Amino acid sequence: MIEAPVALQFKGVSFAYPSLQILEDVTFHFHQGEFIALVGPNGSGKTTLLKLILGLEEAQEGTITLMGGSVKTMRPEIGYVPQHATYDPSFPISVIEVVMMGLVDSTRRLKKQEIRSEAIQALKQVELEDLVDRPYSQLSGGQRRRVLVARALASSPRMLILDEPTANMDKESEGRLYSTLERLKGNTTILIVTHDTRFVSDLTDRVFCIDTKPEGGTGGRTVVQHALESVEGEDQKRVRHDVEIPADFCAYPRELPS
Amino acid sequence: MNGFFEILFSPDVPFIRNALFAGILSSILFGILGSVVTVKRIAGLAGAISHAVLGGIGIALYLSATGIAPNLSPMVGAIIFALLSALLIGAVSLKSKQREDTVIQAIWAIGMSIGVLFMAKTPGYTDPSSYLFGNILLISGRDLILLAILDVIVLFLAWRFYPQIEATSFDEEFAAVRGIPTQTVFLIILSVTAVAVVLLQTFVGIVMVIAMLTLPAGTAGYTARNLASMMLFSTLYSLLFSAGGLVVGWSLDLPVGAVVVVLSGLVFLGFATATVIRKKRSSRGPSSD
Repeated sequence: MIEAPVALQFKGVSFAYPSLQILEDVTFHFHQGEFIALVGPNGSGKTTLLKLILGLEEAQEGTITLMGGSVKTMRPEIGYVPQHATYDPSFPISVIEVVMMGLVDSTRRLKKQEIRSEAIQALKQVELEDLVDRPYSQLSGGQRRRVLVARALASSPRMLILDEPTANMDKESEGRLYSTLERLKGNTTILIVTHDTRFVSDLTDRVFCIDTKPEGGTGGRTVVQHALESVEGEDQKRVRHDVEIPADFCAYPRELPS
Repeated sequence: MNGFFEILFSPDVPFIRNALFAGILSSILFGILGSVVTVKRIAGLAGAISHAVLGGIGIALYLSATGIAPNLSPMVGAIIFALLSALLIGAVSLKSKQREDTVIQAIWAIGMSIGVLFMAKTPGYTDPSSYLFGNILLISGRDLILLAILDVIVLFLAWRFYPQIEATSFDEEFAAVRGIPTQTVFLIILSVTAVAVVLLQTFVGIVMVIAMLTLPAGTAGYTARNLASMMLFSTLYSLLFSAGGLVVGWSLDLPVGAVVVVLSGLVFLGFATATVIRKKRSSRGPSSD
């Protein structure tokens, strides 16, 4: 058996804006191939934690290890699906061009034909290959979110991070999204960030909650792990807030898929 | 109309030809930079930079006329001021979101006021309106060369860094995750726009340059399929409006800059109205599903 290596590890991480402590002594980890949910109410610090993982903010204390390296060096291995709440519908762009953005280099100009074929493969993964040349603005909200998932998948990432993936999404699109994630589960580490603290998808292996302030701290929140229980007849799992597990504990190491 | 074309090819009247060349060269800048400014929604920032430029022009005119810096051209002063205001506005936009509007409006107003104050104290007659509203008589051969150089630079940057410009304009956060230096891209776009504003203001003037950075691009945005086609159509519209404005302005003895902007505005409003009517009709019509 080959043990699945750690995908993401926070050790004693704290972060504060000039006049506000946001995160305090955050310690948790998960392994490659796991399906993780990070839940917390609005304003609890989820976005800040996400920015730390994505390297858009830097922690003042503690260390963050991403797939064995630093966030900045390993960031290209992440496929990120943002909420994209500030989307401008008048921006002229086609579906394939949005997905090709997932392969954009920081400074180089890559050959269009090469990245186009990879982008089409990514669109097939989310079952939207028929909409290649459709203007992005003509899609429904759910289709747009799946295009953003394809954009994240275009670079064949080892970890997929989705920020509120089902917000304003109809049931059919939600189902299609989760069937895509189900196919990816095991090979790709999946982290879903959501404000729904009661239920998570039944694909979820473990749930981390960001909703408590450590005793004796300076007002920032920390991450704890809660138990999950299946709900009969539902495609969801209930978060057992009454059962707390140490954030850095896991029943793994998992076996890597062959 | 015939008189215009006679004048255009007359060797004794070079300024009309210069104005036409300026219109052609300006169109590339209006088209490419205008599209970027429009999709990045930074027209307000570009407007503040374009107005603050008057401060640099005023200081340069004063220093030149009083003999403190006898050979300082207004354009050099304007470019220095434009770059400084672009970097300042860029820094405020990136770092101080809460007070962004206030600070940017302050830079806009203070820049213009400094220009008016220095022009008032400049010996001899200085007419701020020629800078505010443009004057085709002011376009020199050197202006055309500078415009052509900036065209080449902007065309190269737009081609070479198109994927990065498109990505940062569409979704800045995702672009940053892909490792694109989004803040640097933003500051470079503002700086290039600032320099372009200085060169373009001789054609349509400070007040109206921002209209030409947004109206042709906005018009192109109604039919463009992507950012590249928006840049192309925006350049063609700018060319059409500039040449049309020059012909109409000269023929009817009207200020060319104002005619160019009015033409651009009318066509933009026409496209906007047609789009609204089409959307209303399609929402009333039978569903295609």
